[in-house]
Amino acid sequence: MRRDVFQAIADPNRRAILSLLAKNERLNLNGVAENFRISRPAVSRHIKILKECGLVIVIQEGRERYCEAKFDKLNEVTDWIEKYRQFWEERFSRLDKILEEMKKQEKKKNVKK
Amino acid sequence: MSKNKVSIIAEPNKQEVFITREFDAPRALVYKAHIDPELYVKWLGPHGLEMILETFEPVNGGKYRYIHKDENGEYAFHGVFHTMTEDLMIQTFEFEGLPEPGHVTLDTMRLEELPNNRTRLTIQSVFQSVADRDGMMQSGMETGVVEGYEKLDALLEKMSL
Repeated sequence: MRRDVFQAIADPNRRAILSLLAKNERLNLNGVAENFRISRPAVSRHIKILKECGLVIVIQEGRERYCEAKFDKLNEVTDWIEKYRQFWEERFSRLDKILEEMKKQEKKKNVKK
Repeated sequence: MSKNKVSIIAEPNKQEVFITREFDAPRALVYKAHIDPELYVKWLGPHGLEMILETFEPVNGGKYRYIHKDENGEYAFHGVFHTMTEDLMIQTFEFEGLPEPGHVTLDTMRLEELPNNRTRLTIQSVFQSVADRDGMMQSGMETGVVEGYEKLDALLEKMSL
């Protein structure tokens, strides 16, 4: 079974759970579940996957189990898209410059005519 | 400075990436910058790399091969042009530096005319597997951790659309 960041964020419910945990430092399972229409076992299943992907840790305190998000893992994904975007930004800004030069040359040509 | 921004859409667990960007130039010029070899070498390659267009036949059924050179070595890429028209360019792309050959993408580029002599370029790059896509997008990445919840929020927002 694939267990990595991409698996973790592939599902909209799991993304919503991560968003919720980002806003609240820690929540117990019921605290998470009451924000969702899906059943509590379904929420538990998603949290289990998030845990296996390394994005959430579950801490047992007395009778309660608390969920906390581990965002350093998710940053891998953010970083990944940013670097890729930078590559294209740079390539396209070079193309912008070429297009500006081309536009100037076209204008010159038109003046000659 | 240009205010045109690149949009990258790479949904988790998909084999494709969409790249969209607008240009302050008419479509004919944007297309010309893609098919004129002298213009093409000026913008395609990264800064500090010499780019050599070894083969370049931007017509239906034509092929291309280019090489980026720096002090550390050479990086070669090749593919074939399937469709080359002003509004639609379809080509294959392969980086020759991978341990095994055969990891090819199919790149479809659409050029749309916009008002005021502007043009929108949309690139759809389809990989042979999700792993291929993720691997390519990660390659060339410098390490460096980006901290911050704002980025996370932006990311999650993008992905929930």
